[in-house]
Amino acid sequence: MTEPMVEARGVHKSYVGVEVLKGVDLKVERGEVTCLIGPSGSGKSTLLRCINHLEKHDAGELRVDGELVGYEARGDKLYELSDRRICHERSQIGMVFQRFNLFQNLNVLQNITVGPIKVKDVNEEQAKKSARELLARVGLEDKEKNYPTQLSGGQQQRVAIARALAMEPKLMLFDEPTSALDPELVGEVLDVMKDLARSGMTMIVVTHEMGFAKEVADTVYFLDQGVIEESGDPKTVLTSPSSPRLQSFLSKVL
Amino acid sequence: MSTNGDAAVEVVPVRHVGQWFAMGFVALLIAMFVHTLFSKIPSGARSCHLIDGRNQCHAILKWRFGWNLIFHYFTNGGILRGLVVTLELTALAMLVGIVLGVVVAIMRLSHNRLMSGVAWTYTWLFRGTPVYVQLLLWGFIAFLYPTFAIGIPFTHIYLFQFGANSVFIPFNAAVAGLGLNEGAYFSEIVRSGLIAVDEGQTEAAISLGMTRAQTLRSVVLPQAMRVIIPPTGNEVISMLKTTSLVVAVAVVDLLGAVDNIIGQNYQPMPMLLLASIWYLIVSTILSIGQFYLERHFAKGALRTPPLTPIQRIRQDIRGIATKYRTKRGVQKGATT
Repeated sequence: MTEPMVEARGVHKSYVGVEVLKGVDLKVERGEVTCLIGPSGSGKSTLLRCINHLEKHDAGELRVDGELVGYEARGDKLYELSDRRICHERSQIGMVFQRFNLFQNLNVLQNITVGPIKVKDVNEEQAKKSARELLARVGLEDKEKNYPTQLSGGQQQRVAIARALAMEPKLMLFDEPTSALDPELVGEVLDVMKDLARSGMTMIVVTHEMGFAKEVADTVYFLDQGVIEESGDPKTVLTSPSSPRLQSFLSKVL
Repeated sequence: MSTNGDAAVEVVPVRHVGQWFAMGFVALLIAMFVHTLFSKIPSGARSCHLIDGRNQCHAILKWRFGWNLIFHYFTNGGILRGLVVTLELTALAMLVGIVLGVVVAIMRLSHNRLMSGVAWTYTWLFRGTPVYVQLLLWGFIAFLYPTFAIGIPFTHIYLFQFGANSVFIPFNAAVAGLGLNEGAYFSEIVRSGLIAVDEGQTEAAISLGMTRAQTLRSVVLPQAMRVIIPPTGNEVISMLKTTSLVVAVAVVDLLGAVDNIIGQNYQPMPMLLLASIWYLIVSTILSIGQFYLERHFAKGALRTPPLTPIQRIRQDIRGIATKYRTKRGVQKGATT
């Protein structure tokens, strides 16, 4: 039996006095798509950000690909990882943000190649070649010379996905990837994500798109007030929820 | 242009009577000023000639603005040497200021208390005292620290030492004074630029696995430049003029050279105008450079970059040409 891609046990996280995660347990198997749903402020994004160490969790155990996030266990002590090791860990996890966060000073192609060139020392020609393949995959091969401001939200988000994929990550994190999009642009981004899921990528998606969760997810976790209220396969969780909180949440979003 | 059937309808623009009056008044003031520029006044000397057996005298006139003197001294060797010193001081002081400013701004934003504290103190000290005083302090630094040495701290074991006066010769003291003062102001400019870049840009870079230094260099600083460049242009032009204070430490810059000539010919006004013209020429060239630099760093931030003056002239000519062509077309249409 292979170990899971992501495993969280009792993860806690507080920001100045406010406890956002109050002991979260989660397991994501390789090649699985996991959706995190829940009301705003429930800790979904924080959990995602802890997984690639954009935030440091305070307590609990968080493992990605069998390795502790941000620490190394030697003997009975945990040693904080050096910045270089943390950068290396992050480079293997792709992240897609709600607000796209494409580099405004770089054009589409440069946005995609900058990671491989700077972080993985890929030579420029090779990086460009793979970037063009990725652009074709997200349907934007004719936009490589454009700057982010010249693209629609949906196009920007597809470039952001290509940018994350260029690092050849073993895990992709999506933080509400369609929440900042006009309704008619949501579909094009979800299509790219579905395609990615079919290709066998391990994905954790924070989303409000229940249709997407139902169609694509292998497991759905419902977070509320910093704890996992309910989890399981999407059909059970989303169509016949057992917890009253999830029932009331679903009645509001559907 | 609206048309009524095939015939063109004439459009009568609104008349702005008040504007015409204001324009007339301003034009009059301009004409009066230009007149003084080219008027001549008695020089105080008289010239006399024997005409028809009588000695006839008349006052010798001279340019009120002393154009002949300005012209005569414009490319005088001393003036040009002074100009070069002014340019060198501006460039070197800005270089020191920019390097210091970037380092101090990054230190200021550091999470390390000592680093940000040192950066804050530096800015506080050098921004809080007049640059003139700072120049004098560097000029007289030997009173405080007669010698500098490299060795083991708090002992008298030196590998290497030199006298303060051999390093802080007037020119170097001037560069140090101007540059350190500039660094304090420039760090604030850089800091505002760094803060202006959206936090999401840093997060995206970090999530790709970039180090802090890589993030700063490839993502944050290039975007901060857009905010940093316009005030930097200001600072360079301001520095060009502030260098005239180096007379305090006996450096002969453009103003110093002008001062020397005034000492010989006792003509302060034309000589000061001469200096002003040189300062204007250089600052004009600098502003042109600033325009193109701003345009370069606007890349990606604006959908369409602003037109260069040459492009704007071309566009205007094209606009007039098409206007002329359509006008003829309309007339043709109306006559047939």
